[in-house]
Amino acid sequence: MKAPTRNRPVSLADRQTALDRLEAMLLIRRFEEKCAELYSGGKIWGFLHLYIGEEAVAVGAMPAIRPEDAIVSTYREHGHALARGVPAGAIMAEMFGKANGCSRGRGGSMHLFDVSRRFYGGNAIVGGGLPLAVGLALADKLQQRPVVTVCLFGDGAVAEGEFHESLNLAALWQLPVLFLCENNLYAMGTALDRHQSQAKLHLKADGYGMEATAVDGMDVAAVEEEMGRAMDYVRTGKPLLLVAQTYRFRAHSMYDAELYRSKEEVEAWKKRDPILLWQARLRKLDWLRDEDLQALEARVAIQVQEAVEFAAAGAWEPVEQLLRDVTTPVQL
Amino acid sequence: MTKSTYREAIRAALHEALANNPRTILLGEDVGRYGGAFACSRGLLEEFGPERIRDTPLSESAFVGAGIGAALNGLRPIVEVMTVNFSLLALDQIVNNAATLRHMSGGQVSVPLVIRMATGAGRRLAAQHSHSWEVWYAHVPGLRVLAPATITDARYMLGAALRELDPVVIFEHAMLYPSEGELDKLPEDFNIDRAAVRRPGRDISLITYGGSLPKALAAAAELASAGIEAEVIDLRSLRPLDMPTVLASVARTHRAVIVDEGWRTCSLAAEISAGIMEGAFYDLDAPVARICSAEVPIPYAGHLEDAALPQPARIVAAVQEVLAHHE
Ligand SMILES: Cc1ncc(C[n+]2csc(CCOP(=O)(O)OP(=O)(O)O)c2C)c(N)n1
Repeated sequence: MKAPTRNRPVSLADRQTALDRLEAMLLIRRFEEKCAELYSGGKIWGFLHLYIGEEAVAVGAMPAIRPEDAIVSTYREHGHALARGVPAGAIMAEMFGKANGCSRGRGGSMHLFDVSRRFYGGNAIVGGGLPLAVGLALADKLQQRPVVTVCLFGDGAVAEGEFHESLNLAALWQLPVLFLCENNLYAMGTALDRHQSQAKLHLKADGYGMEATAVDGMDVAAVEEEMGRAMDYVRTGKPLLLVAQTYRFRAHSMYDAELYRSKEEVEAWKKRDPILLWQARLRKLDWLRDEDLQALEARVAIQVQEAVEFAAAGAWEPVEQLLRDVTTPVQL
Repeated sequence: MTKSTYREAIRAALHEALANNPRTILLGEDVGRYGGAFACSRGLLEEFGPERIRDTPLSESAFVGAGIGAALNGLRPIVEVMTVNFSLLALDQIVNNAATLRHMSGGQVSVPLVIRMATGAGRRLAAQHSHSWEVWYAHVPGLRVLAPATITDARYMLGAALRELDPVVIFEHAMLYPSEGELDKLPEDFNIDRAAVRRPGRDISLITYGGSLPKALAAAAELASAGIEAEVIDLRSLRPLDMPTVLASVARTHRAVIVDEGWRTCSLAAEISAGIMEGAFYDLDAPVARICSAEVPIPYAGHLEDAALPQPARIVAAVQEVLAHHE
């Protein structure tokens, strides 16, 4: 990839930055563990697709994404939203179905929206977000806004026509879209090599004349570095496909029998837990001692607790409001 | 009679179909290793092997289209599309190929394909996972559309569909999978053309299908305790519609309420209502009423989703209103 190289603050630039990345990953992990607990307790319903194991992708990707850039996400988006800075309380309230949720209780876990942060939602139709990202970028380009649209999706989406149609369009029209594929090796119960004839996903871009690159998605520093280069490239007005290799530690949604993969495989990947890897690295640098970790955990615990309280205190949307926001009210 | 869940009945039907005909294959997302998104195909991969139980990539248009091609060419495929919401990515193949090839080729080919999919709301899954698009398929000449609402229909409709020469779309309401009930032996007069009277009654006809049948039956039970005898008609087939059974019921009861989880506008309920108007206008003592979903993308929050969907209490209220009508 012909990207301009320059010095940038990356995860390992200094101790504080490194600890910030750890805290961001811990927040996602603990937040989602709490979600799982609340799901079992009947406070959250429906599907709940946990991001646990994949945190380094969102956290590593986010520093290169500017506030004015747009993000399009999937139904496995709690981590994306938290890393983007969508308030944890508004996310939790959404999962509770409360009116103070970030989507007013209409979307739930799979449809977190915060357009004030250009977070254009979790999309639960696999591949459904990719064409949207193309359109967002087209509009930015035509309105001469120097920004990028980042589109997140899983390896499963690569099989959809919408993936191929969108890559082609973005390349044809030279649009600033970063297609960020989170390859966790499974589309529900179907392993990558059983749904892709070419399992090296970054090679797909070549057919559309698009640059592509791949990165270890369990290594937050690697993601941050690659993402920085990728975004620099896309800011020159061209799309790019970045494939992050990661793994989901939990079931596809809250429960599945996991008939499709072995316990040993899951355990082997857990040894590459992005949070543990990062901790080990920081300990080696002597940037992280037990008391630092305890302090981070304590801070994160408070954030999660406050999020739950915010959600619990939220009001239910009155049923009389059922039909609001189906269409846009006329502005007088 | 034995007990079965709806899910087990579907599984038994799949098993029978695969065992009976070596040219029957099952394809769809996660039908193999995962055992089916709704666990309807658990164990089939192990028994029938990966040639016949084919996990597909997330490529709805391609694998539904492949099912059509295979049906054209000697196989009897069953395609499972996880839910109707995702079938919209295959809509083109279904309506522009499966439904038209017979006619467009001047009768040279047939598409003996069965497409199964889950439908409906009630699981707190928000708009993209909760819609009822049955009516879109029921609109299309060339398709047959079925909606099993009972354990017995879940068990036997698939076999009947596989005996058809043309494409059949089967809608399984997602809320029904865990439901349990009596599984009858294959009734001698079993066919997929006729609606069924699930509860006889003289005062009013409740016409419904699929996941709304249990709600209509619950409403009828409640009405009975107030001395109102509602007749509950289960349409079973959404295309073609068995209007003679509906009209015969209305001729007895003189009043009708239609319960349909689709949105009211351009709904199956609208079609049935028009059919009653055309065929039983002079039998009616009151205008036909419709209980449908509120015209809103189905919301996530439980209390809002419940409010958006037909519920027994709303059906009871509608019946009372229709009965209160005096010409
Ligand atoms: C068009 C469509 N087909 C099927 C589904 C059902 N489904 C939801 S998630 C999923 C697997 C997607 O896998 P992937 O894109 O790799 O993302 P991951 O869940 O691994 O994050 C499937 C089959 C869907 N939501 N949308």
